[in-house]
Amino acid sequence: MNKDLKASAPTDSEIVLGILNNSEIVLKRLYTTYFPMILQLIINNNGNEDDAKDIYQEAIIVLYNKIKSGEFELSSKLKTYIYSVCRRLWLKRLSQMNRYGGDIRDFEEYLPVDDEVEKHNDRDIQFNKMEAALQLLGEPCKTIMEDFYIHNRSMQEICERFGYTNADNAKTQKYKCLQRLKKLFFQQK
Amino acid sequence: MSENLILELIDRYLNGDMTAAERAEFETLRKNDANVDSKVIEHKLFVGLIKQYGERIELEKRLDAIHSEIDVHTLKDELMIHPNWIVSMWRHHHSKISVAASIAIFAILSTLFFTGKLNSHNSSDVELLSQKVDQLNKKTNTLVQTTDNLTRQGRTGKPNKVINPGNFRGTGFALSSNGYIATDYHIIRDADSVYVQNAAGESFHAKVIYTEPKYDIAILQINDAAFKDLGNIPYNFKKSLSDLGEEVYTFGYPSGEENFGPGSLTARNGHSGDTTEYQVSIPVNPGNSGGPLLDSRGNVIGIISGRQPEMAGAGFAKKSAYLLKAIQNIPSDSLSKDLTLSTKNTLAGLSRPQQLKKLKNYVFMVKAY
Repeated sequence: MNKDLKASAPTDSEIVLGILNNSEIVLKRLYTTYFPMILQLIINNNGNEDDAKDIYQEAIIVLYNKIKSGEFELSSKLKTYIYSVCRRLWLKRLSQMNRYGGDIRDFEEYLPVDDEVEKHNDRDIQFNKMEAALQLLGEPCKTIMEDFYIHNRSMQEICERFGYTNADNAKTQKYKCLQRLKKLFFQQK
Repeated sequence: MSENLILELIDRYLNGDMTAAERAEFETLRKNDANVDSKVIEHKLFVGLIKQYGERIELEKRLDAIHSEIDVHTLKDELMIHPNWIVSMWRHHHSKISVAASIAIFAILSTLFFTGKLNSHNSSDVELLSQKVDQLNKKTNTLVQTTDNLTRQGRTGKPNKVINPGNFRGTGFALSSNGYIATDYHIIRDADSVYVQNAAGESFHAKVIYTEPKYDIAILQINDAAFKDLGNIPYNFKKSLSDLGEEVYTFGYPSGEENFGPGSLTARNGHSGDTTEYQVSIPVNPGNSGGPLLDSRGNVIGIISGRQPEMAGAGFAKKSAYLLKAIQNIPSDSLSKDLTLSTKNTLAGLSRPQQLKKLKNYVFMVKAY
């Protein structure tokens, strides 16, 4: 299996292009190509397969966002970049769990990626806040917000879904929901 | 314009739902009204965050879907490096192991500390004067004596007594004419039977009637049919403390022979400031233990108890006050006869050799088996 994966390993520029073009196939190939490397890193350093999944997905998200934002330059191999991010994330997780014994068994070369991991963390904090705010918001506000801002549904559609008699009522409702969401979001520490 | 309407406009503006005319109008409004402009920026940021959040959720779902197709279990078995069990145990439990080890070390150290094992200046360096004749020595001596006796027997044709030297030997002295004797507790400790032997070489069986291990004092009573009354005890017992520099001596059987040990009182406290003892400059020998310490007028002022190995010529004697206290502490039902201490001192005016001549009838060799 390992050999097959290596044989079909996509080139780095293929991946960057694929992600920019929202290619599902490329994302899948990227994911399956480097997962064994990270699984090896985690399970041989006090982690289990679920930890490996969490860490690896976080790293893929970091890479994905970086490519999408256009900041990514192919200055190093993607493999090295993914490994470095995962390594950094795992060290952080280990010390949070007080399981870090002071050394880590390495399998690849790695780069310093502290800044990127920090940036990713800040973003994660924002997203967690947003998730909590949406939960607190409750229905139907949560769905209205998600439909309008995330799924880009028109007010007309939303009107029909929720059975509002006229678009103005729906707009007023949407406005109130948004104000509450903002309040809930900014109230959190 | 109400807040509601402005936000509605901003949403439409950001979504690109406006007609070209509306758009131009809104942009002019934005340019002229800083308040509206900052609202647009703020709203854009917040909506952007909601959108990104949505994208993130979407991406995570896609990744999860991909992940579910991977056979993680097989991969894991392939990639796991199996360290030997000691290494893996250390990795998983090193903190627990370290804590356990430190507790163990602490416990050992504190046990040592509290039992005094760490304190090198304890009293065990006082070599107790009990003369322990080891098994081999005893056997050899018995053999030698038996041989001697046999040859003598062969020469004279008369049987002679075989003297067993006993496991422990020390000295004891009479407290009263009817056979009460004081000695050191360590001489008779763990003894099966105790014999006392007078200067004339006669042995009597004795029993231990009272011990005070704290002060190393034991009281024996001769319970032998052959024993006859000793007659009046020539010395008496001093209750008060003796003075530094006083001339003192002891009499005992350190090597089986009568032995006179002269010296002076050099300290009113014993080893390591032990207030129950005197320190004397008598070169006491093993076997002197339990002997009387007398002053020049023939008062018993103490009972020889031990010596310190690193101080040549220094010995220790338990103060007579503790001996008197021990005598008082004897339960009355242990006393089959009256224990009346002598109050008359008939040694006072005599010269030293005369004193010793009288004394030797009242000082015994104590043998414990």
